[in-house]
Amino acid sequence: MAAILTTLIFYLFSAVTLFSAVMVISSKNPVHSVFFLILAFFNSAGLFILLGAEFIAMILVIVYVGAVAVLFLFVVMMLDIDFSEMRAGFLRYLPMGLSLAAIVFFELFFVFYLSLTHPTALAPAQQAIPDSAHISNTQAIGNVLYTYYLYPFQLSGVILLIAMIGAITLTLRARPNVRKQNIAHQLARTKAQGVEIVKVETGRGI
Amino acid sequence: MEQHFFGSIGIMHYLVLSSLLFTLGICGIFLNRKNVITILMSIELILLSVNINFVAFSVKLGDLTGQIFAMFVLTVAAAEAAIGLAILVIYFRNRGTIAVEDVNMMKG
Repeated sequence: MAAILTTLIFYLFSAVTLFSAVMVISSKNPVHSVFFLILAFFNSAGLFILLGAEFIAMILVIVYVGAVAVLFLFVVMMLDIDFSEMRAGFLRYLPMGLSLAAIVFFELFFVFYLSLTHPTALAPAQQAIPDSAHISNTQAIGNVLYTYYLYPFQLSGVILLIAMIGAITLTLRARPNVRKQNIAHQLARTKAQGVEIVKVETGRGI
Repeated sequence: MEQHFFGSIGIMHYLVLSSLLFTLGICGIFLNRKNVITILMSIELILLSVNINFVAFSVKLGDLTGQIFAMFVLTVAAAEAAIGLAILVIYFRNRGTIAVEDVNMMKG
């Protein structure tokens, strides 16, 4: 019973993933594309849970759906673009694209098929997955990541920092006619610059 | 060595799924040649299929390294999306369009 159920769940998740991938590339409105991308990410997170990789599944939901897809959504909604004009060549490229895609798919398929039917000797597992009854997937990943992959982990943090600095410096612009608070200038003001004492005669005004 | 695969679902199912996703990503790049946003989304699909491959093989071989590498792929994908969209925003600000054909200012 459980076997049938997991088979059904696998086919459900993978069918929805593939359907939403098709909709991502063929949808007319890019906002719909982004929403279908989010759907694809959610369903592949379900597939990862089915495989027993819960941590990757949660990271996929948090990073991809929570950050990357929302970033896409912001940019798509922010830019005022005529997307219908951009789809002009869609049908013209369709035969070419489909035939190339078919070639790529069959190449990948044969590579996988041959490597599975004629297996070569594999190296023994470097970081064996511990029994999930004793230790959770997250803890197992943490043990391996912070023990054997500490420097790559730090390096990926540096990559994210560089990406953040790059994105900010790229999009930051100094507009000429905008008045902003200049704190150094404010603090450098003296009493002589800021206040003027005027003798006002009675009944005349300034 | 083999563990965790349930029922009749083996690694071949996951491999076919990931190669189909990869193919759809390639197809998306070819079909939407003018729209940079859709091309970036197709690249995300390709990276997702690579991640599925990594995790499936990780479970098949009983080796956690695949899942850890999938995390690194995710990190790089997030950085790539952020930089790509930032470039897209300043390009749109300068030119008023994001059509790929118009990207020829640096041509000699």
